[in-house]
Amino acid sequence: MSQNPTTAATLEVAGAASRRTRRRLLAVLGFVATVLLTFLGLLAITFFIGRVIPIDPVLAIVGDRASNEVYQAARVAMGLDQPLPVQFFHYVVNVFSGDLGQSVSTGRSVVEDLSRFFPATLEMATIGIIIGVVLGVPLGVIAASRQGSIIDQIIRVVGLLGYSMPAFWLGLVGLALFYARLRWVGGPGRLDIFYDGLVQPVTGLLLVDSLLAGEIEIFWNAVTHLVLPASVLGFFSLAYIARMTRSFMLDQLSQEFVTTARVKGVPERLVIWRHAFNPIRVPLITVIGLSYAGLLEGSVMIETVFSWPGIGNYLTTALLNADMNAVLGSTLVIGAVFIFINKISDVLYRVLDPRAR
Amino acid sequence: MSTRDWLLEDSPHSRLQANAGRAYRVFTALLRNPLSVLGGLIILILVLTALLAPWLAPYSSTGQDLANRLAPPSGAHWMGTDELGRDIFSRVIWGSQITLTIVGLVALISAPLGLLLGAVAGYFGGWTDRVLMGITDIFLSMPKLILALAFVAALGPGINNAIIAIAITSWPAYARIARAETLTIRNSEFIAAVQMQGASPLRVIVGHVLPLCTSSMIIRVTLDMAGVILTAAGLGFIGLGAQPPLPEWGAMISRGRTFILDQWWVATMPGFAIIIVSLGFCFLGDGLRDVLDPKSEGK
Repeated sequence: MSQNPTTAATLEVAGAASRRTRRRLLAVLGFVATVLLTFLGLLAITFFIGRVIPIDPVLAIVGDRASNEVYQAARVAMGLDQPLPVQFFHYVVNVFSGDLGQSVSTGRSVVEDLSRFFPATLEMATIGIIIGVVLGVPLGVIAASRQGSIIDQIIRVVGLLGYSMPAFWLGLVGLALFYARLRWVGGPGRLDIFYDGLVQPVTGLLLVDSLLAGEIEIFWNAVTHLVLPASVLGFFSLAYIARMTRSFMLDQLSQEFVTTARVKGVPERLVIWRHAFNPIRVPLITVIGLSYAGLLEGSVMIETVFSWPGIGNYLTTALLNADMNAVLGSTLVIGAVFIFINKISDVLYRVLDPRAR
Repeated sequence: MSTRDWLLEDSPHSRLQANAGRAYRVFTALLRNPLSVLGGLIILILVLTALLAPWLAPYSSTGQDLANRLAPPSGAHWMGTDELGRDIFSRVIWGSQITLTIVGLVALISAPLGLLLGAVAGYFGGWTDRVLMGITDIFLSMPKLILALAFVAALGPGINNAIIAIAITSWPAYARIARAETLTIRNSEFIAAVQMQGASPLRVIVGHVLPLCTSSMIIRVTLDMAGVILTAAGLGFIGLGAQPPLPEWGAMISRGRTFILDQWWVATMPGFAIIIVSLGFCFLGDGLRDVLDPKSEGK
């Protein structure tokens, strides 16, 4: 080799750097590809549910008394005379251009309906996850650091109940107890009837909108209505987050560096919150992300119980009216958000945790 | 030689004896864990209740008594009566049959399906693996309840369709497990030995790979049953599962919604049944995992 050794070394370094960039680029592309593929899979499933399973979607629209010409015309108009792959292609194109069809029961486009109802769900799920994180993480840490204590036992029971209690049942019991008996919280709905429609929707989040409008009274009314459904959701995320925090912490506390820190005389509080807790922050983000996605799913049941005008309520109403466009549209949106949060927390984990690189 | 000695013999003489011995060891290990005993008892009681419902239930599940509607819990009606004067306790007892049917059928459909797909993917590898696992991952990354709801919406409400929908959404987890297990078994020498004897892939998978996946599958299925019960009850609650007048627990809670503010027992009582049975499956599943898969103990 006649080359100057330093240039060779620089080249080597540059090569390594570009290789790293390329690897990162490939990782990003791979991520985008898997997300797109999963979305496509979701679309395939909703397409399958909407076009293939129903015995005759045309009959569902024109009714069984329609003449043959009307039937055939509707069939052509719906594109059902074309082969399935072509139909699927049209479906995908429609969805990506933001067309989910008309809702039979509301008479509006499904996209419009969904954007109207989504903020209510978002508000409830967000307050729910905040409750879950704020209570769940500290409780999980305490349970792990005092194994066998009362808090540990409580976390265990709460965790098990989170697995085996129907969310809609807890919501109903909460209503019976805190609304009907104790009168601590507001009843079903987002506001009392006489406050309805007084606040101009800006963000669609009532808590934000009422504050923007300077209506403190409405804000408090919204809080009393929100607190129970959000707490019920929060309970389930608390159960999951606390259980996972506990098990992560137990893993850490049995490690040798924790023993070392203790032997060196580091105060127990620091051992727990700095030495043991710091390494588990990253996996916790994944857990919280998954739990948030789960809350979107859980909100379907809770919204039905609390007559909460969100996507879940929209979905269940559509289900009972056999309003297929609305059903598939909400399934698609909830599924897409679910997949997105799932994948994002997966990526965050890989980016933030040096061990996973 | 006592039965116990026969069961615990170090060198069993027949396959039957080996299997019986293993079952016996698992059983005794389970008995040492109080929670799994409790879980087992709950499930045993569920099965007995379902079998003996005609004799256990004090009233019929559909017999109306309008003079006695919405009566609070009392000596005559332990859980009170609903809006048609039907005895809620009797309906909860009859409902155990429905719950058991749903749980049993979902397990019977989804576990073998997932097992087979996962084993095929893991055994053949390559494109088969990529395609099958791609589909599995797509299903796994979707919200189960929403998917089940959409399936039932298309298939039409009813208990059979609810079972199909839940089964369709729960096989992917089993496929993942079966694939992971198959990958560890695939290259072992006894598989090579069978292959060299000329066994077909079908024979290798069914006769030699699948039996080794069953224990992790049993654990997972038991743990998942709580979720299945909750999903089924949720479908019933929304009105897409079992249809009235069937005494399905979720549907019963849904009927009680209207009266929750004054007659709390109508909606509350069936909920306790759901919680107890789900807890039973959780306890038993945890116990089974500790016994059959000691690696992951305490997690």
